[in-house]
Amino acid sequence: MTRRFWVFIEQNQGKMHPVAAELLGVANQLVSEIADELQASGEETSVEGILVGHNVTDIAQEAIQYGAQRIHKIDSPAFEHYLNRPYAEALTHLVKKYQPEVFLIGATTLGRDLAGAVATSLKTGLTADCTKLEMGHFRKIEKKLLLATRPAFGGNVIATIVCKDHLPQMATVRPRVFETPARNAKAEGEILEEEFEVKPEMMAAKLVEFIKDNNAQLNLEYADIIVSGGKGLGNPDGFKLIKELADELGGVVGSSRAAVDGGWIDYAHQVGQTGKHVRPKLYVACGISGAIQHKVGMQDSDYILAINTDPNAPIFEVATLGVVGDLYEVIPEMIKQLRAQKGASS
Amino acid sequence: MIHLLASIKQVPDTTNIRIDPETGSMIRKGVPAILNPYDAHAVAAAAEWKRKLDGKLTVITMGPPAAKEALQECIEMGADRAILISDRKFAGSDTLATSYVLAEAIRKIDQDDPVDLVFFGKQAIDGDTAQVGPGAAIRLGLPLITYAVEISEINVDEKYAVIVRKTESGKEIIQTSLPAALTAEKAIAEIPYAALPDLITSLKFIPEVWSADEPLAYDENQIGLSGSPTMVAKSGTPEAHEPAETISVAEQGLSGAVEIILGKMLSNSSVASLLEELK
Ligand SMILES: Cc1cc2nc3c(=O)[nH]c(=O)nc-3n(C[C@H](O)[C@H](O)[C@H](O)COP(=O)(O)OP(=O)(O)OC[C@H]3O[C@@H](n4cnc5c(N)ncnc54)[C@H](O)[C@@H]3O)c2cc1C
Ligand SMILES: Nc1ncnc2c1ncn2[C@@H]1O[C@H](COP(=O)(O)O)[C@@H](O)[C@H]1O
Repeated sequence: MTRRFWVFIEQNQGKMHPVAAELLGVANQLVSEIADELQASGEETSVEGILVGHNVTDIAQEAIQYGAQRIHKIDSPAFEHYLNRPYAEALTHLVKKYQPEVFLIGATTLGRDLAGAVATSLKTGLTADCTKLEMGHFRKIEKKLLLATRPAFGGNVIATIVCKDHLPQMATVRPRVFETPARNAKAEGEILEEEFEVKPEMMAAKLVEFIKDNNAQLNLEYADIIVSGGKGLGNPDGFKLIKELADELGGVVGSSRAAVDGGWIDYAHQVGQTGKHVRPKLYVACGISGAIQHKVGMQDSDYILAINTDPNAPIFEVATLGVVGDLYEVIPEMIKQLRAQKGASS
Repeated sequence: MIHLLASIKQVPDTTNIRIDPETGSMIRKGVPAILNPYDAHAVAAAAEWKRKLDGKLTVITMGPPAAKEALQECIEMGADRAILISDRKFAGSDTLATSYVLAEAIRKIDQDDPVDLVFFGKQAIDGDTAQVGPGAAIRLGLPLITYAVEISEINVDEKYAVIVRKTESGKEIIQTSLPAALTAEKAIAEIPYAALPDLITSLKFIPEVWSADEPLAYDENQIGLSGSPTMVAKSGTPEAHEPAETISVAEQGLSGAVEIILGKMLSNSSVASLLEELK
C-alpha cells in the first residue's frame, strides 16, 4: 500500500496560498524521515496535494512544482467560493477513498474553519498550529508516527502531540512557520480528476457579498523587512516614526499586541502567537520587551535588530544585535545616517 | 420564540500563567479561572439578540464543578438557563471528545426546545485550537459561520440569519438558513454591564448538572481519554536563547552607536543586498 502524505492546497480567487507550498516542503521532509522504514518494507510513498475549487488547473501545476507528486482535484462551479460544509464533506470523501497517513492543512482562517470539521467527521485527531513536525518513534510502536509540536497556554508550554490509533494524523500549521521550498519549473506530476456531488442541504449557508479589506494588502507575513513598534513607543504617534524607518528601509510596519490592544494600530500589523508569524530577512523591534508570545512569531527572522532602553529586556535573547537606548533618539539617527549613505552613493 | 444557545468554557487566565522552571509544568495555584474571553463576547451577542427578539438563551459548558462560576457570569449577562456538564469520566477529553459531548447535549436540548442558533467562541485561550466549534457543528449537521464579527439580521419567521465574518482578505456577508452555528470574534458584541434583575437572578443561581449518564447516557468510548485520539507525548518549556551582542548608546554616544549597528547590519550580506535593491 502507498503511504500517502497529503497537503490541502488552499486557493483563493485563482491564487495558491503560499502556505500550501510550505506544507509541501514539510510533507517531503516527513517522507524522507521514514526512508529507513520504506527500505525495510518495500512500501511506496507519495506526497499529494488536495485541491478543491473551480478552474484550478494552473494551481495544480504550481503545487506540483513545489513538490506534490500527485494532485487530487475536485474542479466544479459549486466550489468557486469557499464554504465550510461542502468543502468539509468533499475532503472527508477523499480521505475515506484514499486513506492517507498524514494530512496537513494551513492554519489560515479558511484552513482552521475546515480542519476541525474534517477531523471530526473522520473521528481522528488534529493538532492545531504546529511549530515543528517530524516522523519519529513513540513508545514501543513499531511504525513512526507524526510527532506534532505546538505551543500551549499562551506559549508558556511546548507540547508534542501524537495520534497513535487513528488515521489520518492531521495537523495545521500557520503560514511562514516553515520555509518555502525551492520551486522546480520542470517537475512533473499526475493530476487526478475527482468527483464530488454537492447536495442542496450542504448549501444552507451562502456567500451574499464580499467586501475587500485594503489593510489586507499589507502582507506582513511575506515581507522581507519589518519594522515593529511596541508599548515602548509611549503613544500612538510613535508609529509615524516607525513608518518613517520602515519606508527608509523599504519595509512594512509590524507591532506587538500591547500596541494593538492600546488601539494604536490595527490588528493586521500584530506579530506573534495570536498575530502573524513572520520570517523576514530583517526584523527591527523597537520598544518591544520580547514576551514569549511575541518572540514565537518573529524569532525565525534572519536578522533581528532590537532597540530597547532596558538592557535586560528579553527581546535581546532572540536578537542578532541589540541597541540599548531610547528609540526616539536611535531611530532618527538611523534614518539620518541611512539617508547620508544613500546620498553619498548615488 | 427564538432559542439561542451558547457553548462556553472556563479557562485559566493565560496572561497570568507561570511555569515552574524546574519541572516545566504549569503552576495552577493562584492562576485565576475566567470565562473564555471570546465566549464572553459570544454570550453578549446572544443576549443582545434574545432581548431584541424576546427569545430564550441557554448556555452550556463541559467542565469541573468550578466552571459554574463561568455559567453564573452568563446569567449576569442575561442567560435564562445554564447547564453544567460535569463528570470525572469526561476528564482528559480532547477536542474530538469535547465536540461529541457538546453536540450530544445540544441535540438533547434541541429535542425538547428547538435551538435556532448556536454560539461558540472563536477559540479557547488555553489551547487556542479553534476546533470545538467546527467539530460540534459538523456533528449536528449545522451550517457553520466561523470568525463572525457581526450578526446583521435574524429572521425568526423565515428562519434565516445574515452574519458577517472576517477573513484575511476582507469581510464575507453570509446568509444562512436556521438552525445554524457560528464562532465569534470579540467584535461581535461589547460586554454589557449587568442589568440589575439579571444580577439578582445570578446570585441565586444553581446550575442544572448533567453527568455522563443522566439525563444523557454518553458512549464511554467517545469521552475522556478513551475517546480522545490525540495524546500529549511530551511537554516542556520553550528553549532559551543566548543573549545577543548589545551596543549601548550611553557608552558609545548616539551617532557612534548607530554607526556601529549600521556597520554591523550592512556587513551581513543578505541585509546589505536587500538594502542595495532599494537604491
Ligand atoms: C495568550 C496570549 C497571546 C499573546 N499573543 C501575543 C502576540 O501575538 N503578539 C504580541 O506581541 N504579544 C502577545 N501577547 C502579549 C505579550 O505577552 C506581551 O504582553 C506583549 O507582547 C507586550 O508588548 P510590548 O513588548 O510592546 O510591551 P511591554 O512589555 O510593555 O514592553 C515595552 C518595552 O519598551 C521598552 N521601552 C520603553 N520606552 C522605550 C523607549 N523610549 N525606547 C526604547 N525602548 C523603550 C521597555 O523597556 C519595554 O521593554 C500575548 C499574550 C497572551 C497571554
Ligand atoms: N469544555 C467546553 N465546554 C463548552 N464549550 C467549549 C468547551 N471547550 C470549547 N468550547 C467551545 O468551543 C470554542 C473553541 O474552543 P477550542 O476549540 O478549545 O479553541 C470555545 O470558544 C467554546 O465556545
